[in-house]
Amino acid sequence: MLRAWYAFRYWLTVYARTWRGTIVISVANPVLFLLGIGIGLGHLVDHGHSMTLGGVSYTAFFAPGLLAASAMQTGFIEGGGRVAGAAGSVGAYRTAVTTPLEPSEIMAGHLLFITFRVLTSSAVFVAVMAVFGIGAGWWVLAALPAALLTGLAFGAPTAAWAVGVRSIRNTQTLYRFVLMPMYMFSGTFFALSQLPRGVRLVASALPLSQGVALCRSLTLGTASAPTVAARVGYLLAFVVAGICVARITYRRRLHG
Amino acid sequence: MPPFRAVDGIDFEFGRGEVFGFLGPNGAGKSSTMRMLGATSPVSAGTLRVLGMDPAEKGPEIRARIGVVPQDDCLDRELTVRENLFVYGRYFGLAKNVIRERIAGLLAFAQLEEQADAQVETLSGGMRRRLTIARSLINQPEILLLDEPTTGLDPQARHVLWDRLYRLKRDGVTLIITTHYMDEAEQLCDRLAVMDGGKIVAEGSPRELIDAHVTREVLELRFPADDQAEVAERLRAAQLGERIELLPDRVVVYADDGETVLVAVHGMSLAPITALVRRATLEDVFLKLTGRSLID
Ligand SMILES: Nc1ncnc2c1ncn2[C@@H]1O[C@H](COP(=O)(O)OP(=O)(O)O)[C@@H](O)[C@H]1O
Ligand SMILES: [Mg+2]
Repeated sequence: MLRAWYAFRYWLTVYARTWRGTIVISVANPVLFLLGIGIGLGHLVDHGHSMTLGGVSYTAFFAPGLLAASAMQTGFIEGGGRVAGAAGSVGAYRTAVTTPLEPSEIMAGHLLFITFRVLTSSAVFVAVMAVFGIGAGWWVLAALPAALLTGLAFGAPTAAWAVGVRSIRNTQTLYRFVLMPMYMFSGTFFALSQLPRGVRLVASALPLSQGVALCRSLTLGTASAPTVAARVGYLLAFVVAGICVARITYRRRLHG
Repeated sequence: MPPFRAVDGIDFEFGRGEVFGFLGPNGAGKSSTMRMLGATSPVSAGTLRVLGMDPAEKGPEIRARIGVVPQDDCLDRELTVRENLFVYGRYFGLAKNVIRERIAGLLAFAQLEEQADAQVETLSGGMRRRLTIARSLINQPEILLLDEPTTGLDPQARHVLWDRLYRLKRDGVTLIITTHYMDEAEQLCDRLAVMDGGKIVAEGSPRELIDAHVTREVLELRFPADDQAEVAERLRAAQLGERIELLPDRVVVYADDGETVLVAVHGMSLAPITALVRRATLEDVFLKLTGRSLID
């Protein structure tokens, strides 16, 4: 496991040179989105009927949803394009395999780095939420591990898939046709209860919906232990399944 | 379709301090063999021992004691020369100060001291290759695997690189090299395995291979393209040399004494456009064994 740490350290070193480029998409965009949509659109929505939002302001409703959606996006980008690039013929994994590192250690090190990326960008977002007084006091801090779990529920399965991908363009296709719709229909922008019953059932089974609901209920202090446990279990299943599959796909691609 | 066999039942052995080469054209299975030796690709059948260990069981232990120079450099474009060496050393769990010390020596060895803080992007092809070799030495390996170390380099850069490899050999590092350049194989290798289509077709020292498979000299004759086949027939009928090979652009006669054969050719009132007598090379060995040329 020490060698997984070496792999993590490698990604940190590279990140120390390149982090500026990632700040826009994983921190600045969500914060601007929060300010623009939350406060601008919220002004309109709050004058209508906000009861479907559980009696909270639109900003307080939207912010934790956006936190979860951004965590998903960071998990996906780090686990998708970056992994596919590293697994390519001149990628970073090609160098790592010639050292004592085993494929599973290369994988674990990269998942640690994805953890780091989701955690740090979510932490900035949570701090902004706290500054704006969103959430029920300290409860907003509980949304941070929930966001991390959401990010990993996407990062781990995505990495398991992306390590076998031959063209980075495939990760962009997946982003456009799977991630973006999920972003829109997982209750980030509106309450799922507003949807027709059939659509609602499908939408609430999406992992992002569970992540959004988890972040939101914790932020607003409305969470109950059984639902939190169920949602955590659901997301954790994606993380564990992702890791199990990744152990196989990493070995297949890197020691093929 | 049956699964493709990139490497099909090869048998070889190399000893400490030796320079062992795999000579073969593109697609011969050289890189696949190197990945198995480097414990990054499983051996599907047969036995392989590297440093006395089984790669299936002791991959990390083997990789800790060997160095690998892959066919593609795989350097980090975002990092400088020094940083590339540093992050690689960290993969081996080496302490920072140990790595820094070794980097100083390796930069000197690779003649990259002036480029130490340059981005990899700005290096020439030869410099990148030397950096990749320096990187592979960070763990002070006992065996160094070099997959086509000089492919794509200009003649001068190749000579600089060969010179560095001689130094490693002198220092007692076992070198395993793949190449499709017969001059490289002749220059560097104590012993060679000639590969084609995933198989080893011959093995021995460059000298032994030439002695065993071809004559001492070779006479190359060029005739007008339309006449070549007919001329080759006439030479065969006259039983000149030991063997006659008809290539698209020339007729090749294998003989221990090329000059004598050339005189005989003129005696048959044949008038080649050009005639050249040269020493036989590994290229001729390859042609003899496979009926094809090394570089297509
Ligand atoms: N992962 C792979 N899957 C299928 N075929 C492969 C794979 N790797 C190599 N090959 C094929 O195996 C043959 C040998 O490849 P390689 O070992 O790279 O040869 P060389 O290094 O001598 O050029 C080639 O025909 C190549 O296309
Ligand atoms: Mg090759």
